Amino acid sequence: MRETDSRAAQADLVESGEVAAPPAPAGAWASLAAASARAEFLAGVRAELPLLLGVIPFGLIFGAIGLAAGLPAWAVVAMSSVVFGGSSQVVFAQLWGVAPPSVITATVGVVNLRHALYSASLAQWFADLPWRWKLTLAYLLTDEAYVAAVGRLRDGPASPHRHWFLFGTGVTLWSTWQLSTLAGVLVGAAIPASWSLGFSIPLTFIALVVPALHRRSEIVAALVAASVAILAQDLPHRLWIIAAAAAGILAGVLTQAFEERRR
Amino acid sequence: MSENLRIALTLLACGVLTFAIRLSFLALGARFAPGERMRRALHYVPPAVLCALIAPEVLVPAGRLDISWSNTHLLAAACAAGVALLSRNVLATVGSGLVALWVLQSWL
Repeated sequence: MRETDSRAAQADLVESGEVAAPPAPAGAWASLAAASARAEFLAGVRAELPLLLGVIPFGLIFGAIGLAAGLPAWAVVAMSSVVFGGSSQVVFAQLWGVAPPSVITATVGVVNLRHALYSASLAQWFADLPWRWKLTLAYLLTDEAYVAAVGRLRDGPASPHRHWFLFGTGVTLWSTWQLSTLAGVLVGAAIPASWSLGFSIPLTFIALVVPALHRRSEIVAALVAASVAILAQDLPHRLWIIAAAAAGILAGVLTQAFEERRR
Repeated sequence: MSENLRIALTLLACGVLTFAIRLSFLALGARFAPGERMRRALHYVPPAVLCALIAPEVLVPAGRLDISWSNTHLLAAACAAGVALLSRNVLATVGSGLVALWVLQSWL
């Protein structure tokens, strides 16, 4: 279980651009053994704080990018609470006006597909929670909220209020994301078009993906996806995005399998 | 359909889909955990999707493939990738890439 969790945690470095907290020493969470809901919540808030350093500038940039992409201010602000997923929101902004809604929705879904892994990881601890909690935690389930909470959930005591810890990381991230998006929209409205702010969309993706390419199979996946994206530009409805993503994923999986067979 | 309604409906569809993905296994329960094959495939989703989105913006800036020293987008992106590796910071990466683009465009 540890192996798969660490892999899931690795995947989200792609989105946050931040390094996940190192595994805590044994007993680090012992003080939460008989913690109240309030204590768990506050511990979650504290665990989230260091990650906000990466979240705030990202929210500012998204707010400005959304306006530069031609979306009305209300839609940029609403997207942060309706979709609530950093890189998928930037993708939405990039595709708005050039791809039909169905393709935008499918692409956003693909970008957020990895959250299914976090959902599966949470199921081992929260399968017996009431529905209102499952719905709330699912809505708040993002890369940064998961990364900040998974250490406590995996290594800490199985106390009855531990879902409040994840609620604490999620609420902290959510509020910060809303406020920084709003600030980005206000700042972005003052930025002249001659600053070519639209180019910050690929730059944001570079900031997210480059530090997360470690294994050879990940680099192969990236290069194949980039090549197919160029070659398939003429596909209708911007379907080159889905085609390139599928080719990249397949290339990564095959490279990994090939490397393991040679070992 | 008005533009605002189109935006609202697309936003809603994206929100519902994203929420459904996040709820998926949490709702189904631990018995339906994804298999090793699916975990592996999902691991490669972020690098594949993001690189697919980066490549045309950087390599096809004016509608045709341009791998040369006169492609300011490519040079600025290379500069940003270097800063991303060293700083691992979104703001520093985006800032350096934009500044590089402005400087290169005023030179070339």
